[in-house]
Amino acid sequence: MTAQTAHNHSDKHKSCKELLGDLSLYIDGEAEADLCQEIEQHMADCENCRVVVDTLAKTVFLYHGLEHNRMPGEARRRLYKALDLSDYLDEPDPASSSTNRKADCP
Amino acid sequence: MLYLFSKGETDESLYQEPASKPMTDHVAPENTIDVEALRAGDRAAFARVVSLYADRLYNLALKLTGDSLEADDVVQEALISAFKNIRHFEGRSHISTWLYRITHNAAMMRLRKKRVDTVSMDAPLQLDSGDMVPRQFFDWCCLPEKELVSSETAAYMEAAIQQLPEPLKEVFVLRDIEGLSTAETGEVLDLSIPAVKSRLHRARLFLREQLSEYFADHARGIDQ
Ligand SMILES: [Zn+2]
Repeated sequence: MTAQTAHNHSDKHKSCKELLGDLSLYIDGEAEADLCQEIEQHMADCENCRVVVDTLAKTVFLYHGLEHNRMPGEARRRLYKALDLSDYLDEPDPASSSTNRKADCP
Repeated sequence: MLYLFSKGETDESLYQEPASKPMTDHVAPENTIDVEALRAGDRAAFARVVSLYADRLYNLALKLTGDSLEADDVVQEALISAFKNIRHFEGRSHISTWLYRITHNAAMMRLRKKRVDTVSMDAPLQLDSGDMVPRQFFDWCCLPEKELVSSETAAYMEAAIQQLPEPLKEVFVLRDIEGLSTAETGEVLDLSIPAVKSRLHRARLFLREQLSEYFADHARGIDQ
């Protein structure tokens, strides 16, 4: 019922589908040497898997770089109020803000 | 409004600290947090925790709920209950892991409640039987940087996260967005390491499909 037909392939040692489950290990650098070699050999012969690996790695790379959402100012005020910490609201922590100077000084 | 942990209702297991040793920190200089002061109810120590982690927790809550107002409430509930239950935190794991865990639980409770309130049933999750065979083979990995990191792409990427089934989404957000380790993610979600790895992989494959479709459409648009 699934896409078996599209992947009814040939006589490679391990099929694309068999390798698929290990690709995150590979792109995270956690694949054992044997597996790593097997994936690289497979990719040399299989353009589709090469594309999947490259675009999977790029997908992870792009998400790693995705900007984090910061709590909006109004919500932050509500939060500090609810926690009874409003008197601390105007003390931005250098370590928590990328726009502040580095906290080199003691 | 704080209704989750009113008197006598506290589920102690929510605040149980994972048994493992602290791991490398990637989030913030939390060795500067004085756990003893926190446990003694020191307001300045609480304020420091809020200052260091509110944005992180908000980002997690926003990704999990997909709604900024819900996310505000989740963070508020989570921090209030964390401070109420600070005695359960003994410093064996990182405070960030503990806070992520409480925030995740608060978000899940809200989502569950919302689902009970609405008539519709959950979408089937297909965690193990789902088909993860790639269908998109457009090679977009070497497109110019400017196309890969546009604000339009970022918006699409955010929307794609919201299409992930929850069990995959929570793992993906903690690992690939928040940057927790596999072990820390397992602690936050009560999952084994193989389960974290497998869900992360499925989430990535799903998102790769989405992005491939997006960039393929994009490339066609540019060519024409
Ligand atoms: Zn292949």
